[in-house]
Amino acid sequence: MASPAPKSPEQSEKSKKYDRQLRLWGDHGQAALETCHVCLINATGLGTEVLKSLVLPAIGAFTIVDGKKITEEDLGTNFFLDVDSVGKPRAQIATQLLLELNPDVKGDYVDECPEQLLENNPNFFTHFTVVIAIALSERVLIPLSKSLWAANVPLIVAKSCGLIGYARIQLREHTVVESHPDTQNPDLRLDRPFPALLRHVESIDLDGMDLKDHAHVPYVVPLLKCLQAWRSQHGGNLPANYKEKENFRMEIRKCIRLNEDGVPEAEENFEEAIRAVNFATLPTGISKDVQDILKDDSCINLTSKSKPFWIMARALQDFVANEGEGLLPLRGSLPDMTADTTGYIALQQIYQQESLRCAEIVHRRAQHLVHHLGLADDLITEADTRLFCKHASDLAVVRGTSIADEYDPKTPNASYITQQLDDPTSLMVYYVMLRGVDKFYAEYNTYPGEFNVEADIVKLKGCISKLLGEWGCTSVAKDDYVHEICRYGGSEWHSVSAFIGGCVAQEAIKLITGQYKPVNNTFIYDAITSNTETFTF
Amino acid sequence: MDIGNETLGNQDHLQRRWSHLRKLLERSGPFCHPDFEPSAEILNFVMSSCKVLVIGAGGLGCELLKNLALMGFREIHVIDMDTIDLSNLNRQFLFRIKDIGKPKADVAAEFINARIPGCKVTPHYSKIQDFDEEFYRQFHIIVSGLDSIVARRWMNGMILSLLSYNEGELDQSTLIPMVDGGTEGFKGNARVILPGISACIECTLDLFPPQVTYPLCTIANTPRLPEHCIEYVKLIQWGKENPFDCPIDGDDPNHINWIYEKAQERARQFNIGGLTFRLVHGVVKNIIPAVASTNAVIAASCATEVFKLASSCCLPLNNYMVFNDVDGIYTYTYEAEKNPDCLACSNNVKTLDVKDGNMKLQELIDSLCENPSYQMKSPGITTVIDGKNKTLYLPLIKSIEERTRENLKKTLNELGLKNGSQLIVADVTNPNTIIFSLRMPKENDMVVE
Repeated sequence: MASPAPKSPEQSEKSKKYDRQLRLWGDHGQAALETCHVCLINATGLGTEVLKSLVLPAIGAFTIVDGKKITEEDLGTNFFLDVDSVGKPRAQIATQLLLELNPDVKGDYVDECPEQLLENNPNFFTHFTVVIAIALSERVLIPLSKSLWAANVPLIVAKSCGLIGYARIQLREHTVVESHPDTQNPDLRLDRPFPALLRHVESIDLDGMDLKDHAHVPYVVPLLKCLQAWRSQHGGNLPANYKEKENFRMEIRKCIRLNEDGVPEAEENFEEAIRAVNFATLPTGISKDVQDILKDDSCINLTSKSKPFWIMARALQDFVANEGEGLLPLRGSLPDMTADTTGYIALQQIYQQESLRCAEIVHRRAQHLVHHLGLADDLITEADTRLFCKHASDLAVVRGTSIADEYDPKTPNASYITQQLDDPTSLMVYYVMLRGVDKFYAEYNTYPGEFNVEADIVKLKGCISKLLGEWGCTSVAKDDYVHEICRYGGSEWHSVSAFIGGCVAQEAIKLITGQYKPVNNTFIYDAITSNTETFTF
Repeated sequence: MDIGNETLGNQDHLQRRWSHLRKLLERSGPFCHPDFEPSAEILNFVMSSCKVLVIGAGGLGCELLKNLALMGFREIHVIDMDTIDLSNLNRQFLFRIKDIGKPKADVAAEFINARIPGCKVTPHYSKIQDFDEEFYRQFHIIVSGLDSIVARRWMNGMILSLLSYNEGELDQSTLIPMVDGGTEGFKGNARVILPGISACIECTLDLFPPQVTYPLCTIANTPRLPEHCIEYVKLIQWGKENPFDCPIDGDDPNHINWIYEKAQERARQFNIGGLTFRLVHGVVKNIIPAVASTNAVIAASCATEVFKLASSCCLPLNNYMVFNDVDGIYTYTYEAEKNPDCLACSNNVKTLDVKDGNMKLQELIDSLCENPSYQMKSPGITTVIDGKNKTLYLPLIKSIEERTRENLKKTLNELGLKNGSQLIVADVTNPNTIIFSLRMPKENDMVVE
């Protein structure tokens, strides 16, 4: 056996166990997850489904608040209760059975009604990273929403009602550096070549190469050469419309070597250059979303309470206005392309070095700002600014609204709701139905249809009409939907809860890791047709 | 806690578990299936008669078993050929550290049966290919949560081969619906297949992402990415040096370490950065990222559809839903179309066009593998010449492979194949053989050309 002495890094048990998710949010995302503390209010079927998908990837800790005792009905929707536990505290059994899933997670419970807990200890909920509340009545939801809004703690509210699911995220402000967009054009800067790139490309003599080398020059080189030539003949302009781009492609095609019979050789790199024309000749710019971030009040007016995100955003803004000459720092990655190794690596290093140079400037500016604000020098590390610069083109900020405001009839949502209700395919109708169910519960202390469908249809219709009236909506409650909701009678379908549970858990992970963009702010799932929709209140 | 199944029939008080489902099944509603008649019988059928097969006891399978058990299903079978690995535990929630190395199907079944009294999950620690039509025919619905495209295609071929037709009319009693889920990272899909009626797996082969492959000349001569260096060690260096006297086993840490070190050397030699152990491991094992949440969502969606099919309470999904929660939560539901020329589900005679009789058998086999609507893996071909069966090439049986290997270099003409010849093709992607009629341009057509 010719095996050399192993030099491979020792893989920890933890990195083996979480391997499949570390490939998505990385070790730093995992570290954020492992230090968080999530609170679940009400361990219903939906509640434990949410926690399951948080305990498995290893949040640091959870606390369940639930004052209910386990009923036989609970057993039909909740996997984390067992038959022997009927009559015992739901919070206790759910905590026990969820903790079995992952010894890396800590969990405890409060066997107390959430409403009482909120009354007796108003600050209890403000110490968590995220609070997830299931099946809360308006009477508890509104004060909880206000308290967490004031404390700047994200709140996710979720419901599972027959074949309909609902989730609502309340957060003041959420900033995302790594949004992991599915598709992204490479950042090549061919329209604004930086000096090192220009020098490199100009130093390459395509005509003097033999065919093999010519066919292995990375496409960036001939593309930039052709683009420079085009611009010198077109007053410095880029090929802008379809016709000009077609002409420009012809120019590139002319550079392909011909064999002795005058037939073009098969040069894949030039074909790649021709295919790249579409995106590579677009002017490099800054997206509207990122521009808005750079113009944001929090970015312009830093204080000693500013988050690192905003300090780095301000450093970025200053870079754009000065050294960047209107552009963001270079991303620094080069897509794979047909090329020989040395030619590709040389070009890759030019992009990387320029990217590092930009990031260093941004870092120096950030350090200066930190110092000026009287904050700790190590608040922002060089690694932080590098990551920030690398993702500068897809930074995101989500600013939410409070649920208490949404439920206040004075908040002007009427035209938004009415407009959506006029669209027969919109799931807004279920939002209105679920609000009607809340109102029904507040008035009659049961769910519509829990005991008598026919009688409750009339009552629920009354509740919804009242709501629509309060909002100033001219729409009427649609009979079919009222009937359908009453048919559910407050029942919970496990598979609907499992769907919403998975979604809510992932939204919580986004909030905790600061990666990927969360829903803003209301999500409805219709299991009848398998459709979903997002609304912003 | 372990309650024998005999005693459960008497535990009537536990019937109240199902009051949630009863409300929906015993009341009529405006959005029900047009044929839906509310009754207590429906839940009885779900609980005592309906037999469901779950394929795969992994990320989706664990969720599916839990969901089905809580939706009242009791006669559940589960097939899985794998044993439990540490890296499963971040999402396959029926398994614990102590279960590592045990068959997934066994552990999952035991857990569900213990947690949900009355539920009777029967495990099969086997491959789907180990069972025949008789076995599959006993189920009312099949739901699959597989990570292998080949296995999905095989299963699809199996349920299609169960269909029987009377004078061209499909015999509905032979139709077994298949609900299929798949996930990758934060993306997933769920679909309902009514074999013979709606689009099948093979109709929509192009929906699977193409496998990432790198040209051999790049790997050997002009590596640029760390992946190229890893592929080099995997495809070339391993065979040459044969460090452990066996093929690569992605689960053997010594193998991964060896590949990592060699790939590291090669990367250094070519000045290529970014080669990490995690990347090596991922490339060698073709690892697909996975999280608990996406599996939960997709399995839930599949379970809802199984319940709809069993109870007729709503129209089933028609027929494809995609899910992605990278940016907010996005879903899209649409009707995937049946391919009228589908290799698996159309009853048309399949023709295979070739450019002429000078094509070599190897080229014909390559085209069966590369053509996007066939995508075969290792096809074996027989034909009938003058009423006699003739094996042209069979790759999977060693002695026949050796005997027929030289046919690969022969042309179709040399093998006696003509326009209209029948090719009987067998491949791992389908339990059945596929018969093609060979179509060659006539001699005079070629002259005109």
